[in-house]
Amino acid sequence: MPKPDYLHFFIDPNRCIGCQACLQACTECDTHRGESMIHLEYVSRPESVQTVPVVCMHCDQPTCAEVCPADAIKRTGDGVVQSARKPRCIACGNCVVACPFGVPELYEDRKIMMKCDMCYDRTSVGKKPMCATVCPSQALFFGTREQIEQLRPLSKPVNTFHFGNQVITTQVHIMVPRALSSRAPHVDVVAAMSEQPRSRAVMLSVVDADPFAEVEV
Amino acid sequence: MADVPVDPIRIIERFGPHLSSMTGERLSTSVEPDRLVKTHCCFCGQQCGIQLKVRGNEVIGFEPWEEFPFNRGMLCPKGVKRYLQGSHPDRLTTALRRDTSSPSGFSSLPYDDAVARVAGEITRIQQAHGPAAIAVLGGASLTTEKTYLLGKFARVCLKTPFIDYNGRLCMVSAGAANKKAFGIDRTTNPWSDMVGTDVIWVAGSNVAECSPITTNYIWQAREQGAKVIVQDPRITPVARTCDLYLPVKPGRDAALFAGVLQIMIERDWLDHDFIRDYTAGFEQVAEYCREWPLARTAEVTGVPQRALMQAAEWWGTARTSFLFHARGIEHHSNGVQNSLGTINLVLASGRIGKPKSGYGTIVGQANGQGGREHGQKCDQLPGLRDISNPEHRRYIAGVWGIDERELPGPGVDAYELFRKIDRGEIKGLLSICFNPMVSLPDNTFVARCLEKLEFFVAIDFFLNDTAWYADIVLPGSLHEEDEGTVTQVEGRIIKINKAVECPGDARQDWRIMQDIAQALDRPAGFTFASPREIFEELRVASKGGVADYSGVTYEKITQQLGVFWPCYSEDPETGAPIADHPGTPRLFERGSYNPVARGSGPFYFPDGRARFNVGEYRPPVDDANDEYPIYLTTGRVVSQFLSGTQTRRIGPLVKQYAEPRIEMHPRLAAKLGIADGEWATAETGRGTITLRAQVVTTIRPDTIFIPYHWAGRKSVNQLTVAAQDPISKIPQYKVCGCRVRKADAAPEYAAILEPQQ
Repeated sequence: MPKPDYLHFFIDPNRCIGCQACLQACTECDTHRGESMIHLEYVSRPESVQTVPVVCMHCDQPTCAEVCPADAIKRTGDGVVQSARKPRCIACGNCVVACPFGVPELYEDRKIMMKCDMCYDRTSVGKKPMCATVCPSQALFFGTREQIEQLRPLSKPVNTFHFGNQVITTQVHIMVPRALSSRAPHVDVVAAMSEQPRSRAVMLSVVDADPFAEVEV
Repeated sequence: MADVPVDPIRIIERFGPHLSSMTGERLSTSVEPDRLVKTHCCFCGQQCGIQLKVRGNEVIGFEPWEEFPFNRGMLCPKGVKRYLQGSHPDRLTTALRRDTSSPSGFSSLPYDDAVARVAGEITRIQQAHGPAAIAVLGGASLTTEKTYLLGKFARVCLKTPFIDYNGRLCMVSAGAANKKAFGIDRTTNPWSDMVGTDVIWVAGSNVAECSPITTNYIWQAREQGAKVIVQDPRITPVARTCDLYLPVKPGRDAALFAGVLQIMIERDWLDHDFIRDYTAGFEQVAEYCREWPLARTAEVTGVPQRALMQAAEWWGTARTSFLFHARGIEHHSNGVQNSLGTINLVLASGRIGKPKSGYGTIVGQANGQGGREHGQKCDQLPGLRDISNPEHRRYIAGVWGIDERELPGPGVDAYELFRKIDRGEIKGLLSICFNPMVSLPDNTFVARCLEKLEFFVAIDFFLNDTAWYADIVLPGSLHEEDEGTVTQVEGRIIKINKAVECPGDARQDWRIMQDIAQALDRPAGFTFASPREIFEELRVASKGGVADYSGVTYEKITQQLGVFWPCYSEDPETGAPIADHPGTPRLFERGSYNPVARGSGPFYFPDGRARFNVGEYRPPVDDANDEYPIYLTTGRVVSQFLSGTQTRRIGPLVKQYAEPRIEMHPRLAAKLGIADGEWATAETGRGTITLRAQVVTTIRPDTIFIPYHWAGRKSVNQLTVAAQDPISKIPQYKVCGCRVRKADAAPEYAAILEPQQ
C-alpha cells in the first residue's frame, strides 16, 4: 500500500528545540531498530541554541539513486526514496558523497547504506512517521497542505532547492519564515541586555568581531 | 550509625548506575508485542499519554498514543526511552541490608525478615524517644493513591508529625502564592485555551527542555498571533525565537514584576472594573510598586528599560493572555514573593477565568499537582485541607476512624527535617521516591545527617545515592508495575495502568507500607487490597475540600481521557447527589460557584474575591559579592530527569548529554582564560565542583549554569545554598554567589567513573 498522496512531510527548523525525541524515536523503527536515520545538529552551539533536523528529503529525481552504480536505491510510485536494497548495495558510498542534503550514511559493519524511508511501514498503513508523531514542538510535521497552511501562517513550505546549477525538487518541504527580519532569533544575551536595540539578525560564524563588543555587561 | 558501608566505588560497581540498552527482544525487528498498554510517561508533570509494548512480563518498546488529547502522540526523548528502565541490571529484586562485610556494602535478605527488622527498629526508637523520633519522606513521582496512603501511614500508623516530600523542592512557592491569591492551588485553564491568546509571558521556565510538549502549544499560539515574552538569564530554545526576551539577572524577578506593574499603573493599563468587582488589596500593591520606577527596576533586574516598557505595553494592552512560571522564579528564598508578583500582573489585567486567558505554574514532577493535594505535605491533610484547622482535622480523623486528638499536628519541611536529624531530635527515617543526596542544597550537610541516623529504611527500585546510607532497603515498584492516578500540569487527573508484574521480591509501594503497618501490629486502616480501594477512600477524604475528587472514578477518567478537579459527587450549592459531574477544566469563570465563596464570587475565599499580595523584592541570600562575584544558577537538561535515578540508567539518554558542564558566556570565559571543553572549577561557600566548560553566548556574562541531575562530585548541590523561602520553605537553587577558575587538573573521578556515575 502506498503512502497517501495528500499527506506530506514538513520540516520547520525554526521550531526545533534540539530535544532529540525524533532521533530517539527513529531508533525504535521496526526496519532499522537501534539506529537513527535522522540528522540533528546545532548550527553553531557556541553562538545559538538553534538546531536543524534533517530527514531524507525524498527528491523527485534522487541524486543518490542516479549515482548508484548498483541500482540499489529505488523510488516508489508514491515518491518515497527507499533505503538501499540489501542484495544490491555494494557499500561504495557514492550516494553518501553525492546527496546534496547529506542524508545517506554508510554502515561499514553491515556493508550497506541506510537512510530515512519516511517510515514506509507506518506511512503506508495510514500512520504518521515516528519522528513527526513524537516531535514535541512539531518541527517535524506530517499532514495535509491545508493543515500546514492553517497551522503555520507565518511561514511557507518550500520544496525547490538550488545547489549550484542543480535544481532539486523534493517530496519533503522546508518551512521558511515569510518575514525573516521581524522574527530574527535571539543569539547573544548581551544584545538583549543593552539599552540600545540591536539588530538580532547576526549571521552565525560569519562575523569575526563580537557584534556586541561595545555593550557593557 | 548509617554511614556509607564500603568505598562508594564498590557500591557503584554492584548497583550502578549502569546503562540499559536496546538488546534482545527490545532490539529485534521480528518480535511482536502481546499487548499495548495505554498509560502515561513516568517523568515530568506533563504526563504525556503513551502506549507501552508488552511481551510476557517485559516492556519491550512504545507506541505513540495519538488519541490522548494533551500530547496527541508527542513525546520528548525521555518519554520515548522510558521503557528501558524496566528489566534493568541495576533493578533491586530483593530486600537489602547494610553489610560492611559484603564487597558491595549490602547483602540480600528475605523480604519478610527485612520488614520485621524495619518494624523492630521503628518500635525500639519510638519506645525510647517517642513517636516523633521517626520521620517519613515521600515524593511527587508517586501516584496520588500512594501519596495519600503515605500521609495516612505517617500520621495514623507511625503517629509522627514529621512527614514531608520532594515537592518541597519543586512546587511549594507556587502553591503558597496560589493559595494566598486565589484560595486554591491549581493551574487555571487547560493548555488548549492558550492557542488564540494575544500575549504569553513565560517567567523562569525552560519550557523546551523541562516541559517539551508545552512548546507546541506556545508556538501554535504564536503562529496565530500571540506575542511571546520570555524572562530568563539564558536564551533557552523557547527564548530563541520569542518576541521579547527579558535577560533577567538571577534572583531579581519580584523587582521586575513590580516595575512592570508600576508602568501599567502609570499608563493606566489596568482593568479597573475587574479590580473593583473581583479583587481585594490592590492599593497596597500599588503603593509598593511606587518604589519601582523604571530606572531602578532596570538597574536591579539587569533588563533594559526599553524591554521593560515593551513588556508592560504588550501585557497592559492585551485583550487575552497567559502567564506561566516555573522553578526559575520559584526556586528562591523569595520564591513566594516572585510568584505573587506574577499573579499581581494577571489580576491587574483582569485576564483570568476566561477561555483565552489564564495563569499557571508548570509543575515539574509527574504528580507535582496531585502529590501536593492529599497529605504527604507536612501541613496538609487530604483534599488540600489544613492540618491546623480543627474542622478539617475532625473530618479526616472521622474518615480514618481515629480520635481527632490522636492526629498529629503540622510537621516541618524536608530540609528542616534534616536539621532535626542533625540535632538528634529525629532518629529514624523512612524514605521513598526522594534522593536528597542529589536533590537537596548543600548536600554535604545532608550526608552528615544521614550518618547520624540510628535507623534508615529506603524504599526504591534502584539503589539511589541516598539509599547508600540505608540500614534496610525494600524493593519497591516501577511506574509500569502498578496502577493509580496522577494529576498533571493542567489539573487533569489521569490513570496510570499496570503493564507488568514486579520482579523477584519487589512489590508495589503501597503494599510495602501496609506490610510495615502489619509488622508494627498497627494494621487498622492499612488493609487495602488494591489502588482502586485506596482511591475510593481518597474520594471520601477529599470530599468537601478544595481539591474535591469525590466525583472522580477510574471509569470516568478512562472514558473522558482525564478529569479536571474539582469534580463533585454532590452539588456544592444544593447538596444534591450528582453522578455525572464532568470536572472543572477552567477555574474562576464569572458566575461560577465554589464551596468556599458560596456564590459570592469566583475565587476561593468567603467573599469570592482574589487577593492582591505585595510581591516584595528581597536580594538573594548569599548573593554575588566581591569574594564570589558570579551568579550560579541550576536547572535541567531535556534528556535527564530530577536526580537521575532512572534517567542516568537509560543508555540512549545518557549518550545524549552524558555529564554536567559549566555553561558560561565567552566574555566570562575569556576573562578567566577558559576555553570550551576545558576543565573549570566553580566554588561557593559550601564547596567546589570541577566540570568541563561549555562556552556559549546564550547565557548572561555574569552568570554560570550547571544542570543538577548528577551525584557525588558531579553534583552542583554541593555548591548551592540551603537558604529557604520563609513561607514555602523552597530552597534557593536558582542563585548564589560563586567564583570560577580554570581547573588545576582533571578531577579524580574522571579516570574512575563512567559519565553517568
